[in-house]
Amino acid sequence: MDGMGQFFAMGGYAFYVWPAFAIVLVVMALLWFASVRGWRKSEQTLAALRRNRRQRESDEA
Amino acid sequence: MHYFANPARFTRLAGIIQPWAGALAAILLVVGLYLALVVVPADYQQGDTVRIMFVHVPSAWMAMFCYSFLAVASAIALIWKHPLADLAAKASAPIGAGFTFLALVTGSIWGKPMWGTWWVWDARLTSVLILFFLYLGYMALWQSIEDGQKAAKAAAVLALVGAINVPIIKFSVDWWNTLHQPASVLRMDGPAIHPSMLWPLLIMALAFKAYFVALLMARMRMELNLRRIRALRLAERTS
Amino acid sequence: MTRKQRRLYIVGGFMLIFAAAAALVLMAFEENIVFFYSPSELAQKMKEQPIPPGRRLRIGGLVEEDSVQRDADGVTMIFRVTDTVDVLPVRFRGLLPDLFREGQGIVAEGSLAADGTFVATEVLAKHDETYMPKEVAEALKKAGQWQGDPK
Repeated sequence: MDGMGQFFAMGGYAFYVWPAFAIVLVVMALLWFASVRGWRKSEQTLAALRRNRRQRESDEA
Repeated sequence: MHYFANPARFTRLAGIIQPWAGALAAILLVVGLYLALVVVPADYQQGDTVRIMFVHVPSAWMAMFCYSFLAVASAIALIWKHPLADLAAKASAPIGAGFTFLALVTGSIWGKPMWGTWWVWDARLTSVLILFFLYLGYMALWQSIEDGQKAAKAAAVLALVGAINVPIIKFSVDWWNTLHQPASVLRMDGPAIHPSMLWPLLIMALAFKAYFVALLMARMRMELNLRRIRALRLAERTS
Repeated sequence: MTRKQRRLYIVGGFMLIFAAAAALVLMAFEENIVFFYSPSELAQKMKEQPIPPGRRLRIGGLVEEDSVQRDADGVTMIFRVTDTVDVLPVRFRGLLPDLFREGQGIVAEGSLAADGTFVATEVLAKHDETYMPKEVAEALKKAGQWQGDPK
């Protein structure tokens, strides 16, 4: 299918167009995963700290 | 603004906004990428390299928008002492730095075939590189100062000092002779981009904006949690 | 005034002073941060403070119509660069960018020869800010509405 070939060739500029798009998607994906993971981890840590606190308070009571 | 100063209320709101903004970003991104890569015709002058514009320009816009957001939040933190303002500034910095990096890299990749070089030290490119260093310096400042409140203040001052760079970036192509061409969208005579290319550009810009909002909500919730964790640990040590 | 008002004035005042300082610094260094001279800017500069031959600088402008030709040696390109006010002859031996053509904007780095010609070591294409599909450009040309390649 010549259409697909032309699409990937990007008028001869494939060497520039595809890496540009690739790096944008990679960086945005990495930033997304790092941020969401950081947030989820902080939720877990906070929940654990609060549980320990409640546990200790009920032990002392 | 003060309505959202209550952390619990903000957290609830952020929890609702984040998934919706994320979904919107994903949808707009898919649509925008399809338009940019498949539908939009080649440019009369730049051929298929023009497709790089659809990621380069939105990245550059976000790079400047994030810094403006960061600077305004810093001013609000310094002047109104809003409890969430410095968190908002801190949370937005990595996102802005990422977009600035992308603007520089995609711009360089686009410049090589069209201009004939990967880089020049003209006013536009140099000032955007400075913006990137400002982001890094801002984030480093937060990391390097132990005391949270002192770090917030120092970072806010740096943010405001660096804010002068934003209008410099915008007007660099008008004030000095540059290799980078003048503005194509936000200019006195209206956009110099054909509608068939302008609309996909605006869709990509909106996609990047929604992505920013979603990530900002996640990062701000994370910063709030980290603040609470620090407070709890401090209380335990002293009790 | 309230403490908040005072903080507002301090921050605002600081920003204004810093902006003024930045503007002054940039204006003072204007000479040194010129990225390229247009032909008329170069002519002006040569009158005020002549640049000696061999000193590296950059020039920019449009490639004058009907001015591009190959030199007798078969390799060097000769053309003229104009900003519609002044014209500067250029000689260049090397690879020209894809977008190089008559009427196109360029930025060249090199030095002035003794005879006033600019001997370029690098030629970059400077394109304008307009974007449109090929068909639209063709249609505009046919309708006689083509504005050429501005800037």
